[in-house]
Amino acid sequence: MALIVDALSWALLIAGVVLGITGAIGTIRFPDFYTRVHASSVTDTLCALCIIAGLILQAGFTLVTVKLVFILLFLWYTSPVATHALVRAAHHMGLPPYLSNNASADAQKGKS
Amino acid sequence: MIESLINIILFTMLAATSLAVVRLHNLFAITMLFGVYSLLSAVIFVELDAVDVAFTEAAVGAGISTMLILSTLVITGHHEKNPKHGPWLPLVVVILTGAVLAWGTLDMPLFGSLDNPIHQHVAPRYIQDSPEEIGIPNMVTSVLASYRGYDTMGEVVVVFAALIGVLALIGINEKKCAKRQYSSDERPPRPVLQVMSKLLIPYIMLFALYVQFHGDFGPGGGFQAGVIFAAAIILYTLTFSLDDAFDLISPRVLRPLAAIGVLIYGGTGIVTMLLGGTFLNYSVLAGDPKSGQHYGILAIEFGVGLTVATVMMLIFYAFVSRGEKGKVE
Repeated sequence: MALIVDALSWALLIAGVVLGITGAIGTIRFPDFYTRVHASSVTDTLCALCIIAGLILQAGFTLVTVKLVFILLFLWYTSPVATHALVRAAHHMGLPPYLSNNASADAQKGKS
Repeated sequence: MIESLINIILFTMLAATSLAVVRLHNLFAITMLFGVYSLLSAVIFVELDAVDVAFTEAAVGAGISTMLILSTLVITGHHEKNPKHGPWLPLVVVILTGAVLAWGTLDMPLFGSLDNPIHQHVAPRYIQDSPEEIGIPNMVTSVLASYRGYDTMGEVVVVFAALIGVLALIGINEKKCAKRQYSSDERPPRPVLQVMSKLLIPYIMLFALYVQFHGDFGPGGGFQAGVIFAAAIILYTLTFSLDDAFDLISPRVLRPLAAIGVLIYGGTGIVTMLLGGTFLNYSVLAGDPKSGQHYGILAIEFGVGLTVATVMMLIFYAFVSRGEKGKVE
């Protein structure tokens, strides 16, 4: 039983790390601001869930688990809102999204 | 082994962050990188088991000072001015200073070695005697608030003096703000942010109070609590508007409160003198010296928290109201 829980926990932790690295690569490699924020939001939500769930399985029924659940709730609560605020601010300042058939984005690309 | 690996990675990231700060010219990005720098330092402090310092660094360095510098950028603009002088003189000065500092570290004792002066001087006495003399579990708080009460009082006075400086130089622009209501066509409402921050703010305040009054038992204390409390109000100001924040907590209320916080701290010292002790020796506050210490630490931590919270809010108000005024004119 302990072995199964441990294996599950490690699988979750590794999945979380893979998602975190995916988010980091996406943040660097994606073409424009909006897609990059999309990549980093994966790190904020699913990666956090996987890592914290893995840690909860390691901690068992203790006070640490309660704290981890609170941390997860807090992260899930704030991170999407922060992403929303970021994208909203960018949109408000008139940053055009990068589209394949978007002339204004091409002009923006040529400018920068 | 693992610890030194983590240390090396963290310090490499610190160095990379500072190099990026040097290379960049956009002040906005530099401010955010300084926030990253503070967070990395906080992680290093955690790794060194200095949880109180890490907490302060995360709350003050990464949180509120980033916020205050950002609100300064509203006034000054985002772009670095081109320097009028060449790069050579600053380079020579920096290299000389760095060389002197590096030379100075040669005399420093080895990192983490047991016979360092810091482990020989007053620290053993604090560690051995503070459970009997002060009797609170968090030794950092007993050193900060009781043994080193003078220093902490100096810090609070410095924070208060910073507020006086900002108010004297910039001031808070109250009247203009009252007339300048954001009309709905000018600035669209922010439903997601407003609802979410409204839900979040009570918990931030609750956490600030927890940090304030739990400082005797765990990491925390007046400085961190004040900053966190101010962060709640700053979040409200950012998601709603300055006028709403003025309606919530007016600067007219905050200004006396900032002074009252310092007064509580100093007043505790005066009370201990009147009761026959020395300045800030709390043992005379109650029949039992330990209880006296508890009361004294609670009182001065409350003074610290009050001053720090109100000063942070007022400085933020000052910068933001000035920036908004500049935009309107």
